[in-house]
Amino acid sequence: MNAKPPIVAATACRMGYLREMNCFFPHGRRQVGVWLLTGLLASLALPALAQGARKVEDNMAERTRACTACHGDQGRAGPDGYYPRLAGKPAGYLHNQLRNFAEGRRHYGIMTQLVDPLTDTYMGDIAAHFASLHLPYPPPTPSQLEPARLARGQQIVRQGDASRGLPACAQCHGERLTGVLPHVPGLLGLPLDYLNAQLGAWQTGQRKAHAPDCMAEVVKRIPNEDVIAVSSWLASQPLPADTRPAPAPARPLSDPAWRCGSAPELAGGRP
Amino acid sequence: MKQRLLRLSATLLLGGLALFGVAVVWHNWGDLLTAPSATSAPGASLPASSETLQRGEYLVRAGNCIACHTTRGGAPLAGGRAIDTPFGAVYSSNLTPDADTGLGRWQAQDFWNALHHGRSRGGRLLAPAFPYEHTSVITREDSDAMFAWLQSRPPVRQATPAHTLTWPLGTQPALAVWRVLFFEPSPFRADPQQSAQWNRGAYLVQGLGHCAACHSPRNALGATPGVDALSGGLMPVVNWYAPNLQDDRETGLASTPLSEIVRLLQTGQGQGASVNGPMAEVVQHSLQHLREEDLQAMAVYLRSRAQATSAPTATAAPNASTPAIPSVRASVIDKGSRVYERHCATCHGEQGQGVAGIYPALSGNRAVLLSDPTNLVQTVLSGGYGPATAGHPRPFGMPPFVLELSDADIAAVLTHLRHTLQPPQNRAGEVTPLQVNRIRAMADE
Repeated sequence: MNAKPPIVAATACRMGYLREMNCFFPHGRRQVGVWLLTGLLASLALPALAQGARKVEDNMAERTRACTACHGDQGRAGPDGYYPRLAGKPAGYLHNQLRNFAEGRRHYGIMTQLVDPLTDTYMGDIAAHFASLHLPYPPPTPSQLEPARLARGQQIVRQGDASRGLPACAQCHGERLTGVLPHVPGLLGLPLDYLNAQLGAWQTGQRKAHAPDCMAEVVKRIPNEDVIAVSSWLASQPLPADTRPAPAPARPLSDPAWRCGSAPELAGGRP
Repeated sequence: MKQRLLRLSATLLLGGLALFGVAVVWHNWGDLLTAPSATSAPGASLPASSETLQRGEYLVRAGNCIACHTTRGGAPLAGGRAIDTPFGAVYSSNLTPDADTGLGRWQAQDFWNALHHGRSRGGRLLAPAFPYEHTSVITREDSDAMFAWLQSRPPVRQATPAHTLTWPLGTQPALAVWRVLFFEPSPFRADPQQSAQWNRGAYLVQGLGHCAACHSPRNALGATPGVDALSGGLMPVVNWYAPNLQDDRETGLASTPLSEIVRLLQTGQGQGASVNGPMAEVVQHSLQHLREEDLQAMAVYLRSRAQATSAPTATAAPNASTPAIPSVRASVIDKGSRVYERHCATCHGEQGQGVAGIYPALSGNRAVLLSDPTNLVQTVLSGGYGPATAGHPRPFGMPPFVLELSDADIAAVLTHLRHTLQPPQNRAGEVTPLQVNRIRAMADE
């Protein structure tokens, strides 16, 4: 078990302490094993590929090799439990994230360097490419959190907490939690460490969205002790049969008091 | 007797110091005695014509002012970006016409004083992170057009943080002495022996382009040898090597067709060359927006400078002074070739031949053969994309290897790349894990 609470470790990772072992192997030796196995398989497979004089195509899959090196083949998520899945996320959401790195609302040195030389149009192309890929999801990892806390996590996700003015996650992220077109991401199929790191970064203001930043407001209202309950419940859920994001809402999803710069359609089109 | 001698030498010393002080003051502010006062600047109050505004905008682009005078995600030209130097951070100023935090109270004369004399409104000396040895070259007419356009922009209220330079380097006396040693306001001097095109190129390269700010070495006090010194240098803090533009072996400027030099400056991609690192930013924000004839003028000037100092060399042709092939350890080559097979060959090809128009060839690549391996290490560590430009809108990218490859892996693969994959006459020596480690550590700071 980690000495640091995982959320702290994960946040520390995001804040740049990249080569700390904890960032990449928060689950200790088991994960090192997985890594080694992946490396072994890759080392067997890749030279074989290389020797076959690969045909380099002039397409987006080739253009996004810089992305898939970490985010996994076709953006299906990295093998290390940190780099999130890109495939099938709403294009508007992915595009906003690339802009967030370029404009300093999200902080991860490697990502910033990658997006800096790109135009907004090209970032949009990259986002659309990954959004168009619909791949099967891996099975979720069972949570080690006690059932009562998981139930609390589920309650917040499904119903929110009216006493704190906290809306349900499902209200904006879709009944199936697979996101809503075009700007709201799905919450399932993401690594626990990634979810913790993101919620932690929202809490500390390290991660932001376009102003007005509704997600920052939401995260402020999640009680500290419940953040891990929420992330653990989400990370342990299987995907529904239809994993695609829900279609764009016909009418505003949220209370008119909530306004989201990153997803204006949520509050009836008012930015 | 002894006392008189003592008194005499004290007087001489004090007198000398006073004289030095006067000389320093004269050097830095002497022109104010003769210059017209700010309010009497010609045409200062006339509204600028739309041609002037357009020209001003173009010149501000050519100077790439926006790159330093804008924070990440911040309002354009509102300043506040920290420019890290070996002496501390200098914060760029707000160039929007806000009265309190920007240039709202400035006159064209004040702006000219900043560009030409490196002095702020009111006479305060500016820190030379603002490359005023270069902006000093800019003509008064261009300065006024730039100022007119800046004044036409919406004001942004954003105070500039104080510099965090190591004491006493940022103080006025220290700057005054630095300027006695290294700065002389110097208008552009055209060379009558050369064509108008050549001179236009020289004006842009030495002035707005401020190429030598990176492409020349800096001394211990951060000064460069001159606005036309293009002998290459390791850029402090960002730690990229800006190649020697006078040496064909480093840049190919003497041997590359003019149209290809223009294409490189305009799109980031040229024949067997592409820009990356800090130069990508220059192409992205500045050069791609310049008119073709200005890029051609710059290319003409740069090529003539390279031809004056180096014989053109075909990439794969033997060097004039065929140096002995450096020896490298077989074990390093062996390790390096395995890393290459696994991580590089998929895109760059088994023999480093690349894929035309997509992945650069590494064999015979000038950037690979630079004697300073800094840029190569940086490229392997951070990977990334070349600039996406109008002429090359969707570049292909390279994965970052900072988390995947160890110092020893990178050293070995680069040694393999610079040795085994090169024609015999071009082979370079070993890159060591220590070299890689130093560059990695600096990139982390």
